[in-house]
Amino acid sequence: MSELEQGIRQICATFHNDKSRMMDIVQAVQARFGCVSSVALDLIAKAVGTARVEVESTVSFYTFLTDQPKGKIVIRLCSDVIDEMFGMGPVARAFEDALGIKVGQTTPDGAITLEWTACIGMCDQAPAAIINDTVVTYLSTDKAREIVAELRKSGDPRKLVHRLGDGHNAHPLVRSMVHNSIRRKGPVVFADLPPGSALRKALAMSPVEVIRDVKTSRLRGRGGAGFPAGMKWEFTRQSEGERKIVICNADEGEPGTFKDRVILTEYADLLFEGMAIAGYAIGAKEGILYLRGEYAYMRPLLDHILQVRRDAGLLGREVCGKRGFDFDIRIQLGAGAYVCGEETSLISSCEGLRGDPKNRPPFPAQKGYLGCPTSVNNVETYCCVARILDRGPGWFAEIGSKGSPGTKLFSVSGDCASPGVYEYPFGVKLIELLRDVGAEDAAAVQVGGPSGHLVGPADYNRSLEYDDLATGGSIVIFNKDRNVVHVVRKYLEFFVEESCGYCTPCRVGNVLLLQKIEDILHGRGTPADLAYLEQLAKTVKVTSRCGLGQTSPNPVLSLLKSFRPVLEALVKPQADEFLPTFDIRAALGSTEDLIGRKSVVFTP
Amino acid sequence: MAKPKVATASLAGCFGCHMSILDIDERILQLIELVDFDKSPVDDIKEFTGRCAVGLIEGGCCNEENVRVLKDFRKHCDILISVGECAICGGIPAMRNTIPLKECMDEAYRNGPSVYNPTGVYPNDPALPLVLNKVYPCHEVVKIDYHLQGCPPPADTIWQALVALLTNKPMDLPYELIKYD
Ligand SMILES: Cc1cc2nc3c(=O)[nH]c(=O)nc-3n(C[C@H](O)[C@H](O)[C@H](O)COP(=O)(O)O)c2cc1C
Ligand code: SF4
Ligand code: SF4
Repeated sequence: MSELEQGIRQICATFHNDKSRMMDIVQAVQARFGCVSSVALDLIAKAVGTARVEVESTVSFYTFLTDQPKGKIVIRLCSDVIDEMFGMGPVARAFEDALGIKVGQTTPDGAITLEWTACIGMCDQAPAAIINDTVVTYLSTDKAREIVAELRKSGDPRKLVHRLGDGHNAHPLVRSMVHNSIRRKGPVVFADLPPGSALRKALAMSPVEVIRDVKTSRLRGRGGAGFPAGMKWEFTRQSEGERKIVICNADEGEPGTFKDRVILTEYADLLFEGMAIAGYAIGAKEGILYLRGEYAYMRPLLDHILQVRRDAGLLGREVCGKRGFDFDIRIQLGAGAYVCGEETSLISSCEGLRGDPKNRPPFPAQKGYLGCPTSVNNVETYCCVARILDRGPGWFAEIGSKGSPGTKLFSVSGDCASPGVYEYPFGVKLIELLRDVGAEDAAAVQVGGPSGHLVGPADYNRSLEYDDLATGGSIVIFNKDRNVVHVVRKYLEFFVEESCGYCTPCRVGNVLLLQKIEDILHGRGTPADLAYLEQLAKTVKVTSRCGLGQTSPNPVLSLLKSFRPVLEALVKPQADEFLPTFDIRAALGSTEDLIGRKSVVFTP
Repeated sequence: MAKPKVATASLAGCFGCHMSILDIDERILQLIELVDFDKSPVDDIKEFTGRCAVGLIEGGCCNEENVRVLKDFRKHCDILISVGECAICGGIPAMRNTIPLKECMDEAYRNGPSVYNPTGVYPNDPALPLVLNKVYPCHEVVKIDYHLQGCPPPADTIWQALVALLTNKPMDLPYELIKYD
């Protein structure tokens, strides 16, 4: 038996030859053998008893998985607009020069691969990159050269970390240079809670009473959509099926969002406490933390905290000695796909499939993970739950605004004096936040990431809450020297890259939106293009299958709404019958060269 | 009142779409009541005689002559319609778009199994239009107002579209006429 075959059998056996653990299997195979080769695909399929195409469809879906060998070290540069604003362009060129390759290539000795990747959740310390699992922040051209020299010397990315970050970033199990940058603490998330205190209070009540408390608190989901958490739990509890599942969405892929990273680093206990309470309330024994692949560096710490909680009786059999309540949590690592933050894709991914969204209904609360009623909530939502059970729903509902009780974490980055994470009561005015972060002169603010809204000064007096400027927590600030049309282009590039490709409006529509925005940026736009953009954007929104396509045109629509004069200044009336995007000289040039005569119809 | 005029052209197409235009059968007599034909292969008028209400374009642009004609149509027609797959997407001719131009030319004029060309020159008489680097759908060259899908679009679709435009009424296309799979 070859080494590969033996290795794969062993890995598959670790996961009980269970094909729903395909994500873990292929990640382990890749970690050991460098890639999931064509031969490996067959071997895995055989071991878990599925078709090769099933394995291949998973491997081909995720950015971090590959069937072709890559370098032993993979440098992934963050392609987000923030990183570009803070100098990623020259940094990328410095990497290219030092390595003697272009982005997208591997060094001839097979040692190092250089790639782009979408936002890695480090916008407050941009430009940043991930090298294997090690995050490097505040890059410069000098640092790029040093990194390459160090990697060539030691071959170990972990050696790149010289100065450790604050808090648990310095924990022996993390040892990362990442900074938390917690700038403003509030009473709900960024506050201490002795492990178990909220859980014990919950276990003293009946599950239905716990759900009633969560409903009384009027807690709404923090992941973006703002669905009432208590109602979701109630649906899940009432759905048919013995086996029920609690999932925490820690995919945090929305560019500009990094608050969940900070919670996971510093307040993981609070999160796990919330998940256990959810398990008790809906009647689940199993919890899954879906951790984005970019945050793999935190996994040893999170595993450790889970173990500590098990040892303390806060997880496992008879949690806190409560008869009949067993609950444990496993971590499912993602592999670089933004769409997996969408809850049905996330469930697909947990099931070992490609991260395609599922049709609704049935909703996850009815039929989710492996067909079981499943409740998916954001990291911050679970933290709120723990606090609600500890302090009481009345206390929580008093904070924030009427329609949006509690506090909200904001990940602030871009052109401001103090980027980082801020906890505010809901209802805070955008201008107040801008003042606090040192960005009163902001020319544009992206609220809620690319799928949210780009607003200008006219909207700064609006308040951050579900019923006004809703946001999953990302606030990206642009000063007057930034080109908002270019920002929108970058966001569209992101959506084009991250669309799962299942439905045409999103797969094709976003490409067309991007093309038109690029034409306009290059001075090839006409006034009629603005109407075209608006119509196309609306079509993509209403005809796409999942939340990605339903929100991907938002940057374009925001631009048309809040920054129309900028667009109008860029478009010009058409000069003749030809569209400005058609270049007859370019269309004829290669033939003229080949045949050796000039056109007599369209003379140069 | 003078009747509105209609013009048609076949660019890089197979004339199938024009056949479909003629396929409106005896309704062509009704159409003649409604409109006059200007530049078109149907009546063999070679150059525009004046402004037209509607231009129907079959085929995409594969050479400079196609581009010239299309530009001329845009100049003379109030409304320009791409008729059929070739005009809308490039169609069969656009299959060459995935092959580098030189390879196409070599296969056609130098290396093809039936080619006899000992000197290896490409045809280059100035009377021959130069081919473009690739085949362009019409709406990438000039503004196109409407698209009629099909290969070719059914005669009824073309008829309905023309009548709707010329009588300023909404178009009534039954599902069978716009369903293609
Ligand atoms: C494309 C896309 C990406 C998403 N990414 C995330 C994410 O990273 N984290 C998250 O909590 N929710 C994300 N969501 C929202 C989830 O689908 C879901 O609504 C949320 O996890 C529910 O939790 P909540 O009710 O606690 O907010 C995303 C939605 C879409 C459409
Ligand atoms: S909207 Fe986009 S991401 Fe969602 S299913 Fe369609 S193609 Fe996939
Ligand atoms: S669309 Fe079809 S019928 Fe019309 S020109 Fe092209 S190939 Fe011929």
